[in-house]
Amino acid sequence: MSVSVRSDAPARPPRRLSSQLFEFLGSMNFAIMLLVVVAIASVIGTVLKQNQPYQDYIIKFGPFWFDVFRKLGLYDVYDAPWFLCILGFLVLSTSVCLWRHVPGMLAEINHFRTTVQAKSLRAFHSHAEWALPEQTAAQVQQSVSELLGARGYRVRLKEHSDHRVLAGLKGGLNRCGYLFAHLAIVIICIGGLLDGNLPLKWREWRGEIRLETRDVPARDVPDSSRLQPSDNFSFRGNVRLPEGTTTNFLFLRLRDGFFIQELPFAIELKKFNVEFYPTGQPKSFESDVLIHDEDHLQQPLPATIRVNHPLVYRGYAIYQSDFGDGGSLLTMRAQPLLGQQGEAPQLQGRVGEKIPLKTPQGPLTLELDDFRLYNILPVPASEQNDPQAHGEAGRKVRNFGPNFTYRLRDATGQAEEYQNFMVPMRLDGRSFFLSGVRGSPAEEFSYLHIPADAKLSPDRFLRFVALLHDQPRLHALFTAAGESAPGLNAEELATVRERLVDLFLRQGIDAIVAQTRARVPADKAEEASRFFLELLRRSLGEVYIQVLREEGLKPEDGVADADETFFNDALNALSALGSYRAPFWLQLTNFEQLQASGLQITKAGGQNIVYLGFALLTLGVFVMFYTSHRRVWAWIAADGAGTQLILAGSGNRHQDAFAKEFDEIVRTAARRFGPPLAESAAPER
Amino acid sequence: MAVTREHMLDDLAAPGFWQRLTLRDWLWAALVVAGSLWAYASYSAYMDEYEVAILAGCALGLIAWGLQWPPARGLSLTVAGLSLFALWRYGNDLGAQERDFFLKYLLGSQEAFMWMSALFVLATLTYIAHSVSQSAFVGRVASALTWSASTIGITGLMVRWRESYLMGTDIGHIPVSNLYEVFILFAVVTALLYLYHERRTGTRKMGAFVLLVISAAIAFLLWYTFDREANRIMPLVPALQSYWMKIHVPANFIGYGSFALAAMLGCAWLLRDKAERAGWRAVAAALPPCALLDDVMYKAIALGFAAFTLATILGALWAAEAWGGYWSWDPKETWALIVWLNYAAWLHLRLTKGMRGAPMAWWSIIGLLVTAFAFLGVNMWLSGLHSYGTL
Ligand code: HEM
Repeated sequence: MSVSVRSDAPARPPRRLSSQLFEFLGSMNFAIMLLVVVAIASVIGTVLKQNQPYQDYIIKFGPFWFDVFRKLGLYDVYDAPWFLCILGFLVLSTSVCLWRHVPGMLAEINHFRTTVQAKSLRAFHSHAEWALPEQTAAQVQQSVSELLGARGYRVRLKEHSDHRVLAGLKGGLNRCGYLFAHLAIVIICIGGLLDGNLPLKWREWRGEIRLETRDVPARDVPDSSRLQPSDNFSFRGNVRLPEGTTTNFLFLRLRDGFFIQELPFAIELKKFNVEFYPTGQPKSFESDVLIHDEDHLQQPLPATIRVNHPLVYRGYAIYQSDFGDGGSLLTMRAQPLLGQQGEAPQLQGRVGEKIPLKTPQGPLTLELDDFRLYNILPVPASEQNDPQAHGEAGRKVRNFGPNFTYRLRDATGQAEEYQNFMVPMRLDGRSFFLSGVRGSPAEEFSYLHIPADAKLSPDRFLRFVALLHDQPRLHALFTAAGESAPGLNAEELATVRERLVDLFLRQGIDAIVAQTRARVPADKAEEASRFFLELLRRSLGEVYIQVLREEGLKPEDGVADADETFFNDALNALSALGSYRAPFWLQLTNFEQLQASGLQITKAGGQNIVYLGFALLTLGVFVMFYTSHRRVWAWIAADGAGTQLILAGSGNRHQDAFAKEFDEIVRTAARRFGPPLAESAAPER
Repeated sequence: MAVTREHMLDDLAAPGFWQRLTLRDWLWAALVVAGSLWAYASYSAYMDEYEVAILAGCALGLIAWGLQWPPARGLSLTVAGLSLFALWRYGNDLGAQERDFFLKYLLGSQEAFMWMSALFVLATLTYIAHSVSQSAFVGRVASALTWSASTIGITGLMVRWRESYLMGTDIGHIPVSNLYEVFILFAVVTALLYLYHERRTGTRKMGAFVLLVISAAIAFLLWYTFDREANRIMPLVPALQSYWMKIHVPANFIGYGSFALAAMLGCAWLLRDKAERAGWRAVAAALPPCALLDDVMYKAIALGFAAFTLATILGALWAAEAWGGYWSWDPKETWALIVWLNYAAWLHLRLTKGMRGAPMAWWSIIGLLVTAFAFLGVNMWLSGLHSYGTL
């Protein structure tokens, strides 16, 4: 319910197109349309993951749609011209609205509407009327103006020919609320645009700078892709800094490339610390840094940067964003799995390096990808009593120690990815060295379980493998057994056994069954397979006994349960070797960890503008909703010797709160004037 | 008339703010100040300056709340009493949970939440019975149940806060850190907002609708507890270890609670409207009049919008501190913006065009769906920096 006493509205002249357009831009309908369109456009950016490598999008959409979506800017919606354009219209619309309304509103704050008709006041929801035979109009006016003044209304009097009107007004702040809230939108958008990528794009479009899209080291990036500290008013970039190194530039990623942003100071990472809760969740990430800035600092400034606790230096804010390996030095032994002779070669390299290797299978490149000191993982069901495990029963976790990840790439560029743990992991009461392998990052690792011997080393297994590949010794061993079989003398049987072992090592049990099926008539195949498998098992057993004997044990006196279990585990590992693909197992023997801290460094020149907008917006919204602009009128006319008084009023918000206030005004007035003749109905429910 | 001029003015003036305060108001303020000072004296060693500021802000807020809405005092005092009692039973030993009768059956946070859930569901049924039977007594029972549920729910949150510290000082944190905890917050905030409007409007007929959405939240909570064991207290990941969480999350939930309330009243509006037009007397009589629903709906959305504006701004300030930018167009942020724009549009129509009726009621219902997606859907389907609380 609003006041409709705008008697001074001028007759509209015919409007021109430009003014119509202007009006449309500031209109409610356009504003609401924009609000809804921005909302819908924003959805796109949340559904389609933004700013991924272009390769990922090509795989996802195919080349045709990839290109269509790229042209629409869907991979970076919030920087797309059309999106910025809508935002621009939002600013425009709000500004036009302000432009059109503010002068009127400011005027209204001080505009006392002193020309009202008694009839229209009586039509107000909140009104009351008195006939006061004993008081003069001047007395009544005096009382009412004191009464309204005492309640915080500013009043103004206007004498008309046969009556006078006292107009009261309060709550001008409410109008300012509108001003604040809308001005805030404009301010926030402007600040936000300054902090966005727009200035960068502008310079790119002007040809002043060029996006670097090649995969080159920072020192090879040409000057055209480098931004000086003074160039950029606002940016947000990342850098990954290994411990003990220093940087004075960052990468600003944009679309499918990057710029290099130079800094006016250098940051040195002294040390990076991670802490974990016993449950395995990370507890804190911290970087101890030194800021080097000869022009501004006497000596380097030490600081610790944590998540939620950035360092602000000369207007640049430095944040902890992620972490990783900074090139740990790994020492490894390439343990042969295919019977290569001689001492297992020792390798050394840093994470991130590519090491060429010569193997009997041809040249391979070893790419060291990652090293992790802590691997806090769920404890297997059988090991819930492990004293090192933490957490609630049934969901325990523990630290399984260091592991590293590498890829072996062959000459054709095909690569397999591996992940090896340094110390053996306990499973069902036994210990295994785990080595995972997978063909692509999309797959899960499947793990080879290499059984550890009583000294928790892989040696026994490796000796077993070595002996199985050692043709002459194997032959000697099998011949010495002196066994024969129907139709085969000892020598021949020994050869059969060697072939069986060889086939098993190269292709697994299934190959033996398949070959038997292919060579023996169908009705005898079953029996023959059983015979060969039994023979294989016995042969492997004998080789294993030999391994035990060489360790100095006396298998003749009986084999311990643990050694028997080891044999079965070893057989499982051997049959999995066929799908392990690598000719060797890289055992991590030593490491020197070097961590890297991922820092994000920002300069947000528009931030204070935006924060000003935030403050205005909050203020504006609360003021707009929780104050109201209120008007009260007293219409006073001489009536014979006495006086006639009509009180009426309205508020632009919270009608019921206003009705309550008006009731109180009437009650106070009634103490001076007696009960009113007519009063508005009680507020309806 | 022989009144002095001063006296006459006294007579006319509205009593000022200070004059209107009664002894009880002063007592209330004194009690809150004393309580806060006690908290400060006991825990100041563990608080940084922001947390001291938050404590002071809370004290002022609590005083203002109690002055603005007197029932808040009884609620706060009961919650404080129960929480202190539970803290005393705990001492410094989390194991007391298993042994102490009160903790085991009533005040241990888990038990408190179970009581809260049961009471909210009962309250829902009772409000429905009230709407159907029109019995004032049943209505009073329903209100009492809702009050009790809210009280025990808030107490549970307080106790859980303490329990987290009993698990380890480095694990302790305010219980608004994951989906489980904020669902409880949501239920309680929505109930309190409802109770405020119930008292203000003098009708209990909105209860059946509002409590329905609370019951839905309870159903989710129970599933989440029993199926996913989400009720366990987990330590905070580094990104959440910030005092901002203490103000950002509660502000958000005043918004979410208000929007949920408004949407349920939208349902009631549509039903009443339909009943009036179709001449279903009994149905119409069970619902409050459309004009009242409309008014409460507007008030709820206005409050929700104001709180949500504040919450989003606080979120932006937090993001500036944790991630290095006040706005990253991360899915959660973007959806908060979408929710905000949606209700901004609603308010524009209502305030400038004076629009009411079915379209606004429908819009508030759709608004809740959008809000629910921003709250839950984003966590489930869209990944981003806000990684907490996946299902
Ligand atoms: C903080 C959020 C906002 C609030 C609370 C708000 C509130 C309001 C209110 C109360 C009015 C009417 C003023 C009156 O009654 O005289 C209004 C008008 C208007 N608002 Fe907003 N607004 C907000 C944001 C926006 C935004 C983002 C836009 C951008 C498109 C916008 C555009 C407009 C326009 C164009 C009008 C004038 C409509 C007319 O009278 O023709 N507002 N707004």
